[in-house]
Amino acid sequence: MDQIDRAIISASQAGLPLTPEPYQSLAEQIGISTDELMQRLIHMQEQGIIRRIGAIPNHYKLGYKHNGMTVWDIEDAYIDELGKKIGALDFVSHCYHRPRHLPDWPYNLFAMVHGKSAAAAELQIQQIADLLGDHCRAHEVLYSTRILKKTGLRIKNNVPS
Amino acid sequence: MDDIDRTIINRLQEGFPICPAPYQRVAETLNISEQELLERLQILLDSGILSRFGPMFHAEHMGGALTLAALKVPEDNYDTIAETINAFPEVAHNYARKHLLNMWFVLATETPVQIQQVITQIETQTKLTVYNMPKIQEYFVGLKLEA
Repeated sequence: MDQIDRAIISASQAGLPLTPEPYQSLAEQIGISTDELMQRLIHMQEQGIIRRIGAIPNHYKLGYKHNGMTVWDIEDAYIDELGKKIGALDFVSHCYHRPRHLPDWPYNLFAMVHGKSAAAAELQIQQIADLLGDHCRAHEVLYSTRILKKTGLRIKNNVPS
Repeated sequence: MDDIDRTIINRLQEGFPICPAPYQRVAETLNISEQELLERLQILLDSGILSRFGPMFHAEHMGGALTLAALKVPEDNYDTIAETINAFPEVAHNYARKHLLNMWFVLATETPVQIQQVITQIETQTKLTVYNMPKIQEYFVGLKLEA
C-alpha cells in the first residue's frame, strides 16, 4: 500500500458516492485517473485489503432482532477442527477462536447467529451445540440489545507515526 | 421497504462491480433504471436500513489491527461510558449485550501497537478493565442477511 492507496481508502471509507460514475468522482477527489483508481481497487481486492465492495444492512431494520454472540468453551485440541465446522454453517456470519480470560471468561470459540425470532435463533444454537457435542464444556449466548455504534473502518489520510 | 428494495439489498450484499458506470450495470440486472437504483439506495441509507455502502476493508491486510473487547459497565453509568467509548475513532462497532460483560466493541487501528495504546486510554478514561479478545484464528466471515 502506498500513499495513493491510503488516499483511496480515506476517500471511500464513509461510502461510495451515489452518482452515476462513483469511481470517477473518487478519482477526481484524489487527483488520479478513473482507470488508475479502478485498477488499484481491483488490486486491493486481489490482495484482500478490500474484502468486497457492497452494502451492509442494519440487521435490526431487516427484522433480525435476535442477534446472538454464541460463545463456547472448547477443548484446545479440537478448536480448529470444530471452528471450521461451525464457520461452515450457513447461518453463522462470523466465527473466531479468541483467548479465554479466566476465571471470568472461559470461552474460546465465538460464532454469531442472527434470527428473526427467538425460536429461529434457538434452533441455530442447538445445531451448533449438537455439532460440538462432548468437546464443548460450557456455552453462553450474549444477545445484543442495542447498537451503540456502527461505522466502517476509519483511517486518517496520513502516514502513521 | 418493498420487494425492489429487498432485491437491491440482497444483490448489493454480494458485491458491486468495478467499472465506469457500475450503478447502471447493476440496475440493468434488476430491471430498474439507474436513477431509480440511486434514489432507492439513498433512501435505504438515510433511513438506516443500510448502515453503509462501499468497500469493506480488511484492517490486518492493510498493516493495521483489529480486536474485540468487552467491558463490565455499571448500569447507571452505561450511556456515559458508551459516549466515551464511541468518541474514539478507532471504535468501529459497539454493541450492548445482555451479560455481566455488557458492552462489546471492535477496535480497528492502523498499526498493531495502537491497539494496546487505545485500550490503555479507554481504561484510564473509564476506570474499567478492558477484556481484550483479539482473534487467534478466523474460521469464517461473510455476513449476508436475506432482506
